[in-house]
Amino acid sequence: MAEVLVVTSGKGGVGKTTSTASLGVALAQSGQKVVIVDFDVGLRNLDLIMGAERRVVFDLINVVQGDAKLAQALIRDKRVDTLSLLAASQTRDKDALSEEGVERVIGELREKFDWVICDSPAGIEKGAALAMKYADRAVVVTNPEVSSVRDSDRIIGLLDSKTAKAERGERMEKQLLLTRYDPVRAERGDMLKTDDVLEILSIPLLGIIPDSEEVLKASNLGSPVTLSSPTSAPARAYFDAAKRLRGETVPMTVHSDKSGLLGRLFGRRVA
Amino acid sequence: MALVLMPEWPTEDWLASLDGQMKRAPTFFEGRPVIVDFSGLGEPKTDYQALIAELEKRDIRIIGVEGAPEGWTDSDTWGRPPIATNGRADRFIEVVEDEPKEPAVPDVNSLVLQGPIRSGQTVYFERGDVTVLGSVASGAEVIAGGSVHVYGTLRGRVIAGFAGQADAGVFCRRMEAELIAINGVYKVADDMPATVRGKPIHAKLDGDAIVMVTMS
Repeated sequence: MAEVLVVTSGKGGVGKTTSTASLGVALAQSGQKVVIVDFDVGLRNLDLIMGAERRVVFDLINVVQGDAKLAQALIRDKRVDTLSLLAASQTRDKDALSEEGVERVIGELREKFDWVICDSPAGIEKGAALAMKYADRAVVVTNPEVSSVRDSDRIIGLLDSKTAKAERGERMEKQLLLTRYDPVRAERGDMLKTDDVLEILSIPLLGIIPDSEEVLKASNLGSPVTLSSPTSAPARAYFDAAKRLRGETVPMTVHSDKSGLLGRLFGRRVA
Repeated sequence: MALVLMPEWPTEDWLASLDGQMKRAPTFFEGRPVIVDFSGLGEPKTDYQALIAELEKRDIRIIGVEGAPEGWTDSDTWGRPPIATNGRADRFIEVVEDEPKEPAVPDVNSLVLQGPIRSGQTVYFERGDVTVLGSVASGAEVIAGGSVHVYGTLRGRVIAGFAGQADAGVFCRRMEAELIAINGVYKVADDMPATVRGKPIHAKLDGDAIVMVTMS
């Protein structure tokens, strides 16, 4: 039974694409068949993060509009063979997407894969609306700061009202992925604490991804952090989150690269 | 007091925007007499009869028409008190007794919502009190004819007693609101004393000012 998962946030730059790629790799490495779909038509990034930008021939728009077959557009990852990518088009805009087309493509992907992970564009307009429309569940990516939290709250409201599942009267499962978390700064009060964010958004926590240089390095390398440095703190946090997505119970910890006092202080459970 | 509706050309667009407004506030026209003023149309080809029919389809109770051209209608097709010009009835008045409609559900004057109310959502309830069991997020809005009770944290905007109920109040377990208004008098977060932040609060009107009292 395929699961269609949308990774969304409202606000830009909080780590949707990074999280899509990292979770996709983590799930695929556990043997699941995974496809990651870039919905950010016109501003595509996922191909870069995955290091597949030189292999894109056909994209989501071509498939939605019926100009290419799905099999032609899927790009299989060279490092993890159960992982595929469906790139967005860089030359078109979101108006090229249609509801019927997206529904058809998602339906076809459901038959081929265990996980369909849709990387939503920022904002609440057509692209974001279509990325979430046919999803079964959602990962809401949030940074521990007020504007990101408020935008996430808005997106949760839309997930509960504008998705096909919500329109059928069903409950959309939503989980929070807190990214760029710095326990030291949160403790100092420069950043919202996990509990504050959870209290405002009141959805279950999927994981806490610590702020780390590794993530930026990995993005520039075209290799998600779960592939390029699987033992780093953010990678371990993504692996934990992927396990939780599959229904496993993993204790919630803030992973840390720092050894010594800080690591011992903040490596403990938080929620 | 009657409401005046002034259709504009093209009527399809105008009807569509009316539908939009009625969706946001479904009870707005409920039980309210409406006068249709055609003077804003300025389009000789308008099918006034069809336009009236469209409005009636939306359960808008039309009691009169203004601004229609002379001789537009006669009493055969027009079963209501006829055209008023500048508010004076200048012809006969025929009283039509409508069958009293049985209300399907008894009138409810309170609305209870499972929270949270998310950023960007608006709750509009004209007939009475709104109770929210969760929180009201920053960027969310609750508009009520009566009082508003929030059992979680109030971070958004609340407009209570907007239909002229001066004794309406705003109650919340934890006050972090962006704006509170009661019967047209409002207070933004900046004007609220620091002592009410994070506290359980009852906000009410005292003359022309909103006062906030901590509840124990």
